[in-house]
Amino acid sequence: MNTVEHGAPLYHLKIMDNFTLTFNLANVLMITVASAIVFFIAVLSTRKLAMKPTGMQNFFEWIMDFVKNIINSTMDWKDGGKFHVLGITIIMYIFVSNMLGLPFSVSYNGELWWKSPTADPVVTLTLATMIVALSHYYGVKTKGVGAYGKEFFKPFWFMFPIKIIEEFANTLTLGLRLYGNIYAGEILLGLLAGSLATGVGGTIAAIIPTLAWQGFSVFVGAIQSFIFCMLTMVYLSHKVSSDH
Amino acid sequence: MKGVNQVLLTNSLILGAAETAHNGFNGGDILFQLVMFAILLALLKKYAWGPLMGIMKQREEHVANEINSAEQSRAEAQKLLEEQRSLLKEARTEAQNLIENAKKQGDVQREEIIVLARTEAERLKESAKLEIEQQKEKAVAAIREQVATLSVMIASKVIEKELSAEDQEKLINEYIQEVGEER
Repeated sequence: MNTVEHGAPLYHLKIMDNFTLTFNLANVLMITVASAIVFFIAVLSTRKLAMKPTGMQNFFEWIMDFVKNIINSTMDWKDGGKFHVLGITIIMYIFVSNMLGLPFSVSYNGELWWKSPTADPVVTLTLATMIVALSHYYGVKTKGVGAYGKEFFKPFWFMFPIKIIEEFANTLTLGLRLYGNIYAGEILLGLLAGSLATGVGGTIAAIIPTLAWQGFSVFVGAIQSFIFCMLTMVYLSHKVSSDH
Repeated sequence: MKGVNQVLLTNSLILGAAETAHNGFNGGDILFQLVMFAILLALLKKYAWGPLMGIMKQREEHVANEINSAEQSRAEAQKLLEEQRSLLKEARTEAQNLIENAKKQGDVQREEIIVLARTEAERLKESAKLEIEQQKEKAVAAIREQVATLSVMIASKVIEKELSAEDQEKLINEYIQEVGEER
């Protein structure tokens, strides 16, 4: 009756008696599709490499330059060079993920299969947690444990609780910002397509707002992928660079 | 309609929240996402980033080399230009020298020729004078001889007049005979 009320195709993998891994098969499918598309684009654009770049190679080099600029705006290239691939992967993966749910959503047997993987808080928070964990890892790796620990007591010792809270807040906001933007877009698209477009008049009335919202969602998706990449580099630079 | 949508929206939100709640730990998705991201990262690094960075570095080097070689050839051209300029200058001074020398030599030669001509003329004049002298002497000698003959002839004529008629006739006959014989 309503697109929004679809259930999720769940699969329970029992590993031990009291431990079950639950897979949302729709997420698994969409993560795979998004990754495959990103990989496909990458391979397509680097198939014919030339000193004088043409077509897709230009496009990919533009992405590389774009991410390089993001990194350069937050830290030294000496520190940030190793995050280049990470940034490229993040921005491309999240952009493609955001776009996947826009043209349509597919449900089968009342279960929602085709959607943006980033419209699921589990996926976005996983990415956000991964980024924050990576930032801590590289912080320890580049500065050593002592200097890394001291950062929590700067500029005053009593800032320590706030710094701890900041880490969790960073993780939550990074993940939920992306999730909220994409999920809201999909809900509105679902409502427009599923609830408003019920009759002939409703369908006609739904055309214009649907088009407008899809266009806006493309914009939001692009912006969100850029913000996610940007914030990733900001968090990494906070932990990696010594001067900030 | 709007109210219904509102209700549906809130319903779905609650439903969504409840879903994740009653499913318990959604670890599969987390694990899958992490693994897929790592795989994607590795693949991108191997198939796109690595080769592209390589070619970008190669291009950078190429451009640097081109700039270097351009600078080098520019310097070389500058050097050649200087060289040519100095050569041209040298040639010009050499030409000037040549002209100067030629002029000088011409002057010398002119003097020489004039002197030569002068001496030649002198010589000619001398020889002409000498010849004239000789001719004069010759002429004088000839005249002298002729005078001698004439005087002898006159003398003989004078002597002939004192000859007798017979002798005269004889002489005339002799002459006539002589003339006839000569003919």
